[in-house]
Amino acid sequence: MSLPSVEPLIEKLGKALIPYFSSSDSQPIIVGIETGGAWIAERLQQRIAPGAELGRLNISFYRDDFTRSGLHPTVKPSSLPTDIDDRTIVLVDDVLHSGRTVRAAMNEIFDYGRPKRIILAILIDRGEREIPIQADFVGATLELDSGSHIKLDGPDPLRLVIKSLESHAG
Amino acid sequence: MPDNLDLQLDDNGRLRHFLSIEGLNQAILTEILDTAESFTSVVDRTIKKVPILRGITVANLFFESSTRTRSTFELAEQRLSADILSLNVSTSATVKGESLLDTLQNLEAMQIDMFVIRHQDSGSAHFFAQHVRPGVSVLNAGDGQHEHPTQAMLDMYTIRHYKKDFSGLRVAIVGDILHSRVARSQIHALNLLNTAEIRVVAPRTLLPVATESLGVSVYEDLELGLKDVDVVIMLRLQKERMRGALLPSEKEYFRKYGLSQERLKLARPDAIVMHPGPANRGVEIESSVMDGNQSVILQQVSFGISVRMAVMAMIVGQSGASS
Repeated sequence: MSLPSVEPLIEKLGKALIPYFSSSDSQPIIVGIETGGAWIAERLQQRIAPGAELGRLNISFYRDDFTRSGLHPTVKPSSLPTDIDDRTIVLVDDVLHSGRTVRAAMNEIFDYGRPKRIILAILIDRGEREIPIQADFVGATLELDSGSHIKLDGPDPLRLVIKSLESHAG
Repeated sequence: MPDNLDLQLDDNGRLRHFLSIEGLNQAILTEILDTAESFTSVVDRTIKKVPILRGITVANLFFESSTRTRSTFELAEQRLSADILSLNVSTSATVKGESLLDTLQNLEAMQIDMFVIRHQDSGSAHFFAQHVRPGVSVLNAGDGQHEHPTQAMLDMYTIRHYKKDFSGLRVAIVGDILHSRVARSQIHALNLLNTAEIRVVAPRTLLPVATESLGVSVYEDLELGLKDVDVVIMLRLQKERMRGALLPSEKEYFRKYGLSQERLKLARPDAIVMHPGPANRGVEIESSVMDGNQSVILQQVSFGISVRMAVMAMIVGQSGASS
């Protein structure tokens, strides 16, 4: 199947997010989930809010399948501005599938503090949710065979690739 | 010593127990150091915890006293969200295999998932690992004069933190090598990480037989041994383990093997000074060196928490990989 190109999707997400950055007081923090989400977060920041703070999350410590998946020391550790209390967070990831990654990311965020609000922006929503989590903004919705695995390749250029992978827990 | 060194790795070469540096490989050592690095930022959070060991019970069994190792293990466990049980099992007589096994079985009946054990007998951690139920793991927090692998890894972490790469380094380990499980673990680790030159500096009476066979160069003269080194690791004089007249006196020992400011000048100007603690000020190390700006002794303690978190996380994170 043909996959959409990434830049127009980021453009679309950016446009939808602009209203959150228009207020003159504290700007939202853009937080990407490693690795694909962090690349998109960076692009969004450049596009719509160069002054906004950027964070990244490596959720491997918070995964519900940690005892199977283990750690991936090659992935950069999490880094959020130390004070996230009462801030709005735009949480960004490349693919929303089971919803477990987003759950893990939110658990981690709450260990840093108590944000005022979390907005979820996703490049590709491929459905098949296993827990009740939905995105606020979606670049594109795709239907895929449940055995296939879609991921973002990057950082330059960003493009979507499909792999047949039985064991992915996404 | 049990010859089954593979006990600590599973069929896929992943960590199951952490018993000795001997028997491990460079890839695992590097993975421990990299993983530890990713844990250093956990303390910057409001909640200084990650849920990796949630629901896992860890028993800390200290048959020998310890301050640093025990408290950094406990903190590491707490920061990984484990439930912990710490037992100070002081024993005057040598604990024989049978009674150790009894201790183990009683604790297993309490559904312990992980044991951290320090014991005065060499090989006791291996013994434990051989007898635990499948799925239960054992970490060696120091066994007799054999190994103290998490200490060696935190030392490697400290060296890498300050010196980046091992391949060009000269490292001197100074003092009571004979009684030191720390030195034994350090030598194995430094060799696995391809350290350019490892020197041990000690009087013959405090060196094990055939020290050279460990892949180190031996110096009996401290001043020659310190020349141009990048890292100086001082060891504690283990008076409690000494039988017989190995040394003339503490004063004499300091005169010949104590690290003073004057002697430290023989090392490279950017050399770091390490000590696994507890240090005897004025016996193996001068106070001003210990508190001086080349000393990274307290940083070693902080790094110890991340390194111990890394080892435990790796064991748990890989426990289901082969099933």
